[in-house]
Amino acid sequence: MRDRPANGLELAARLRERDLSAAPAVLNLLESADEASRAQAGELQAALSPRILGGEAGGHVIGVTGPPGVGKSTLLGTLVAAWRQAGRTVAVLAVDPSSKRSGGALLGDRLRIAGTGVGGDARFIRSMAARERSGGLAPATRAATQTLAVAFDIVVVETVGVGQSETEIGDLADTVAVVLQPGSGDGLQFLKAGLMEIPDLLVVAKADLGAKAQAALHDARAALRSAGAGDTQALAVSALPPGSGIDELIAALDAHRAALDLTARRLRARRLGALADFISEYGEQGLRALGGRNGAERLLAAQSPDLDGATLVGALTQQAGVGERE
Amino acid sequence: MSGKRAPHRLAKPDPPWLMRTYAGHSTAQASNELYRANLAQGQTGLSVAFDLPTQTGYDADDPLARGEVGKVGVPIAGLGDMRALLEAIPLQEMNTSMTINATAAWLLALYIVVAEERGIDLALLQGTTQNDILKEFLARGTYAFPPDPSLRLSADMIAYTVEQVPLWNPVNICSYHLQEAGATPVQEIAFAIANATAVLDAVRARVPAELMAAVFGRVSFFVNAGVRFVEEHAKLRAMAVLWEELGRERYGVEDPSLLRLRYGVQVNSLGLTEAQPENNVQRIVLEALAVTLGRNARARAIQLPAWNEALGLPRPWDQQWSLRIQQVLAYETDLLEYPDIFEGSQVMDGLVGELIAGARAEIARVAEQGGAVAAVPYMKAALVESHRARMRRIESGEQVVVGVNRYTETAASPLTGEGASAVLVVDRAHEAAQIEALRRWRADRDGAAVAAALEELARAARSDDNIMPATIAAARAGATTGEWAGTLREVFGSYRAPTGIGGAGVLGASGASVELELLRAAVTRASEHLGRQLKLLVGKPGLDGHSSGAEQIALYARDAGIEVVYEGIRLTPQQIAASALEEGVHVVGLSILSGSHLELVPQVVEALAQAGVQVPLVVGGIIPDADVAELLAGGVAAVYTPKDFELATIVGEIVALVDPGDGTP
Repeated sequence: MRDRPANGLELAARLRERDLSAAPAVLNLLESADEASRAQAGELQAALSPRILGGEAGGHVIGVTGPPGVGKSTLLGTLVAAWRQAGRTVAVLAVDPSSKRSGGALLGDRLRIAGTGVGGDARFIRSMAARERSGGLAPATRAATQTLAVAFDIVVVETVGVGQSETEIGDLADTVAVVLQPGSGDGLQFLKAGLMEIPDLLVVAKADLGAKAQAALHDARAALRSAGAGDTQALAVSALPPGSGIDELIAALDAHRAALDLTARRLRARRLGALADFISEYGEQGLRALGGRNGAERLLAAQSPDLDGATLVGALTQQAGVGERE
Repeated sequence: MSGKRAPHRLAKPDPPWLMRTYAGHSTAQASNELYRANLAQGQTGLSVAFDLPTQTGYDADDPLARGEVGKVGVPIAGLGDMRALLEAIPLQEMNTSMTINATAAWLLALYIVVAEERGIDLALLQGTTQNDILKEFLARGTYAFPPDPSLRLSADMIAYTVEQVPLWNPVNICSYHLQEAGATPVQEIAFAIANATAVLDAVRARVPAELMAAVFGRVSFFVNAGVRFVEEHAKLRAMAVLWEELGRERYGVEDPSLLRLRYGVQVNSLGLTEAQPENNVQRIVLEALAVTLGRNARARAIQLPAWNEALGLPRPWDQQWSLRIQQVLAYETDLLEYPDIFEGSQVMDGLVGELIAGARAEIARVAEQGGAVAAVPYMKAALVESHRARMRRIESGEQVVVGVNRYTETAASPLTGEGASAVLVVDRAHEAAQIEALRRWRADRDGAAVAAALEELARAARSDDNIMPATIAAARAGATTGEWAGTLREVFGSYRAPTGIGGAGVLGASGASVELELLRAAVTRASEHLGRQLKLLVGKPGLDGHSSGAEQIALYARDAGIEVVYEGIRLTPQQIAASALEEGVHVVGLSILSGSHLELVPQVVEALAQAGVQVPLVVGGIIPDADVAELLAGGVAAVYTPKDFELATIVGEIVALVDPGDGTP
């Protein structure tokens, strides 16, 4: 069944009123590729720009990434439960690598995150297929993050991988936590070798493994120091009952956000996001029409800082003369 | 040995194996009647089927138990039900097999307390608790706790029984369910041996070293036999060789009687067909031969499925027919009069050699990953892949299934013809009665004693003490199944097993079939018409853990280009509705094999409506014809049963169902 025709302005109004039940329809709209939906999605985002909101969206955008199998989803489940207990509303966008050959995807992490209870309206979880895109994000992830941050206290973007995916998630999130597990040498090697962006927080999961976890924490701190990031906090947590380190992790996430120059980070996120969205749509050819990456970045820097991502993509498209709507 | 006797005859025929029928349904009282009737029919042992709430540790009034109470087995809420189940059955003479895993310690405790109440010496109790938790993570799905504490419970039971209930088989390592989930013979042998090793290692850490030989001798197996009965027989001989080797080399066992592979068997259900179901009788007979033909690897106990398992729950007459197969084999044929008939056979030795070599390589692979517990994701993915290969062979016709992909024409059947109801219909009223009885039980017992017993259980669980004494005390005090398991869930945490499909490769990586290419094109068109990529939720409501069907559909749909949300087993209707809403899916598919579709599907329909999700719902499972109409009338768009074996057809129909077209009339 086709989605009911969505009205971008109406959805924007609902998000501004923190009507969390708008989230599924917002995601359906942002993931739609047809012309009418694209136009409505533009309206939605424009109606939630810092200019219209009178400031940045209040939600805390947290990126959680790390290699497969380290227990990200289980950890997230424990975090979500703790946040909910504290009365904070949470949206999770779980980005799955998908089958590039068939275009299909297997999405199966929401229950690990949701736990066994039904979350009600205060918790929203959406799986997104990364599809053709490299870098770990799905096509609609950026727009979804920016819009949901208007309504939810916390918006988590979860991606899989070590290496490239931190770059994109780092461009999008207020706070990035990389999750590793005891004994996972690769992640630390990447960090030391400078192949991995320095995260805001390094989390060693499965810290119920005792001495191994402490050793991993020690290695993580050493790796951070040798990467010249001795200030970055490393934490050991266990999501298994009775659990440990969860409160400390939440406090560390909050502290990072509190100390952040939010306006600068969000502006950067919108501009880099717009550029990435433009490139994935129009490719290198589109970029050449803008005078390459430098030209595109100059153009973006010249835009007003309080514009939304969709409007910025529109500006790039117009300048490049590639948009169908021109 | 007498010098006069010819070497090709036994001095006296062997006694027959134990004959059982896997049975139990509705209530403890009804199941007790069934058992007594079966024993009167010549059955020589009991095989207790528990319902899914009992197997997974929920009381009948738990929301997760709705629709499942008394469905695939008997509900046992506590001591009262166990007393009723065993009423007038002489426990000191009986050999009782209980298909119970996550809650095995609890059900064994109830059995022990009933024996105690009757003044029976525990040293006389004979029987088996399945208690093989690893295969629950791999294939069957009735786990309750995470792997490590689950294994500790198994080890505790073994450590307890080897001293206190010495004739009991505390663990029955199952290769049965691995084959049902698609295992090849090599995988069946290797994964079963690997799982047994994990259990034995766990026990070794919890018993004095001098007991290990006795422990090894108490470990038995529960195997499967498919219709390729020559190879299947070779599989059992290969297992016996590897088992003996394991006992000698890893656990230092020297007594030959403790090194022997002891196994019971239920023959294959996976290969039983819904189409021309009468053919299943000859399949079952041939499979029974696989486990009886050669004396050196003959089953100790046999239970046979019924001819109509793919249609629904078997009736007493259907089960009687299967028991009669065993009786003809044991009492009419000359099977039991000879020594091993394959001794010296080149073919058999060759097959056994091949299987041993294959299994050794596979066992090594599991060991490399740190043993069976750590290798659960690997083994699960391997099973999914084998099952997928099997389905592909059947779809292509490479593997012949008579009546399904060849010789499909049939005369009208008097067995399944119109008017003849060929399956058991369980009265739906028993669920309410069971809940009512449970509430009375809770009201009548000494609540303070139960609370104290559960507190002690929690303490024992947190400590390193053996769980059995506290479990037996809780059984005596009158705790319920849900309370016992709930207490342990609080200590151990809950767990979701890997679905095994995340890493499965895409079909047709080197050029897809024409069918798949056409389907991909259809998905692309439908996605364009829908505005965004076609998204399907595959859900398994209820407690049923048989996930192969759901996994195969999910994989094929993914390969066809669909975004598939699949989160494994044991979902509530509310969770399914929440997923459908939040994920923005275009269609929901449910898989239900426990026979609870008439209860569960309307609940999902209702939950979807409440969530405001208006998408088509399709259902697959073992669904009798009579129920199909009811489901369709209740808002289900399509129903698929075992006779729909072509994944391409099913997924193609789902795509067509969802595609709104391009808007032109």
